[in-house]
Amino acid sequence: MKQKKEFDWFDRPESKRKLWIMLYVVCAALVVPDVFTHRHAYFGFAHYFAFYALLGFVSCAVLILFSKLVALFLKAKEDYYDK
Amino acid sequence: MINDFPPAAILILGALLVPFFKGKAKNWYVILLPAAAFYLISQLQVGSSWQVHFFGFDLTFLRVDKLSKVFGYIFTLNAVAAFVYAFYLKDNTQHMSALFYIGSAIGVVFAGDLVSFYFFWEVMAVASTFLILGRKTEKAQAAGMRYIMVHIFGGLCLLAGIVIYITETGSIAFNAIADRNLGTYLILIGLLVNAAAPPIHAWLPDAYPEATVTGGVILSAYTTKTAVYTLVRGFPGWEILIVVGCIMTIYGIIYALLENDMRRILAYSIINQVGFMVCGVGIGTAMSINGTVAHAFCHIIYKSLLWMSAGSVLYMVGKSKCTDLGGLYKTMPWTLIFGGIGALSISSFPATSGFTSKSLILDGAIHEHLMWVWLVLEVASAGVFLHAGIKFPYFVFFAKDKGLRPGETNKGMLIAMGFMAFLCIFLGLYPQPLYNVLPYEVPYQAYTFTHVIAQLQLLMLSALVFFLFLKLLKRTETISIDTDWFYRKGGRLFYYVMDKALNGINSVSERIFVGGLAGYLGRVSRDGSTRAALLALVPAWVIGGAKGEKLAVKKANVRTALRTGTSPVGITAAIATIFLVVVFFLM
Repeated sequence: MKQKKEFDWFDRPESKRKLWIMLYVVCAALVVPDVFTHRHAYFGFAHYFAFYALLGFVSCAVLILFSKLVALFLKAKEDYYDK
Repeated sequence: MINDFPPAAILILGALLVPFFKGKAKNWYVILLPAAAFYLISQLQVGSSWQVHFFGFDLTFLRVDKLSKVFGYIFTLNAVAAFVYAFYLKDNTQHMSALFYIGSAIGVVFAGDLVSFYFFWEVMAVASTFLILGRKTEKAQAAGMRYIMVHIFGGLCLLAGIVIYITETGSIAFNAIADRNLGTYLILIGLLVNAAAPPIHAWLPDAYPEATVTGGVILSAYTTKTAVYTLVRGFPGWEILIVVGCIMTIYGIIYALLENDMRRILAYSIINQVGFMVCGVGIGTAMSINGTVAHAFCHIIYKSLLWMSAGSVLYMVGKSKCTDLGGLYKTMPWTLIFGGIGALSISSFPATSGFTSKSLILDGAIHEHLMWVWLVLEVASAGVFLHAGIKFPYFVFFAKDKGLRPGETNKGMLIAMGFMAFLCIFLGLYPQPLYNVLPYEVPYQAYTFTHVIAQLQLLMLSALVFFLFLKLLKRTETISIDTDWFYRKGGRLFYYVMDKALNGINSVSERIFVGGLAGYLGRVSRDGSTRAALLALVPAWVIGGAKGEKLAVKKANVRTALRTGTSPVGITAAIATIFLVVVFFLM
């Protein structure tokens, strides 16, 4: 009897490649409307082209790097409190 | 009649009957109680109240206005879902403590005075502890103990504040507080302990992840959100809360990024989300207060949903560390889909409930021209997608296949998750029913083309950063030190110092007094008479010609005789004489 094949699409290298391409395409596509529309600017800088994209990118990069930095001081072995 | 019955009583009194139900009837019964309370709340008329005269105070157990009603709705709605989720559970203790806990949270929300509010607040703390202890592990016992200690501390701050406040104002009414003095700041600290504001937040990520599977789901909703309710009620417009809220949003993200335990990631993300709400309270305008309340409402739904999906993974696999999990999309697809909807909602993805509620708080900041506050909240919004929106589902359901093939979780859990996921999308697409029950009438339109595009830009670029930096985010088998260090290690350090200092003094005094002085006195009193006798006799013997071995034998004989009390009459008389002479001279 043949066993039902497991769904493993996300494990395949070619799927990962497709997902990467998709992610880049979506990111690029999302800044396109900024060329045509004028965002209602609450603060002077918020209406710049791709402002939110830049904000998302920079803030996440900074958050990750900052967390890596504090990890140097804050990370401990799992049995730290048991000792 | 129905208009003056406190809905908290349904759950609290109902809890007492839980042990009398057997099998499935017990589960249906505990679902029915919050459903009945939900119906009762929907029938309560705004403005009605129920008072009891007690020790010279008029205690208001029921104060119905739009604010208390909206929290009442979500508390009971979430309870129904949580008990559907817990349909497999037969444990009386857990069901009863959950009902006491939820019931007293509803009691807090409808309490119209500080005394009855404080009463329910403390019942909450005690009842919730049993949801942690119910896990019955050594870790859970210890975490539960720390949990209750911190809440006792918070409760005492609150009590001291309330006593000062009542003495100064002469009123026990619980309304917006304007005075800023010791009493009101103590109340604020007491509330902020439950809101999990740093540095008094560590009880939450310490204890919640140690709770039972359903305990975690239930705990995630009530303690912090009753704190948000009380802040909205008592402290709207207190600017300090803007600062506290901003710190909370970032603090939660940084720690969630460092965490390895999936339920601890979700615990830190509660701090992050409550930060948005606390900030909204601090801004204090009608729009931002509406935003806080709407966000609390939606947050309870998607946060429960996230805890439910993490809970079903824990229930099926028995593991909760990201380093032990991965590849579960193959066998738990529904848990992934529902959990994923929760993850998108917490990230305020357009078409989910987070988008229609959080935007109100951000717009509240914009309308008050609080540029830095707005910027911090936007940065935090991007960070939410990073830690809760992607990290949690990615490491649990995708990442590296660890060979776990648990199969899908049970039906009750799936139905509860499906219901919550439906609410996330429903309120995301059609938020008007929620906007209608908010405390203030503020027309709001979340869906404008530029708003949606801006939000998508923010989130998708965050996703890009996550995958570009994936190597840096690899999970390690570590924990992160948080402020609970001070009472976990700090307590031990205190113990160590006290141990070294006090026991040092102890051992020195033992050496001096017990070993030295007492020993000396003992020796003196034991050997004194012999020495005195020998002192007098030896010269006499030496003169008499005794020496060498003979002298030694004589000495030994005297020592034995005196020790055993068998000395010859002559020697006894001699010693008595010497003694009398000594006494004579000493006198």
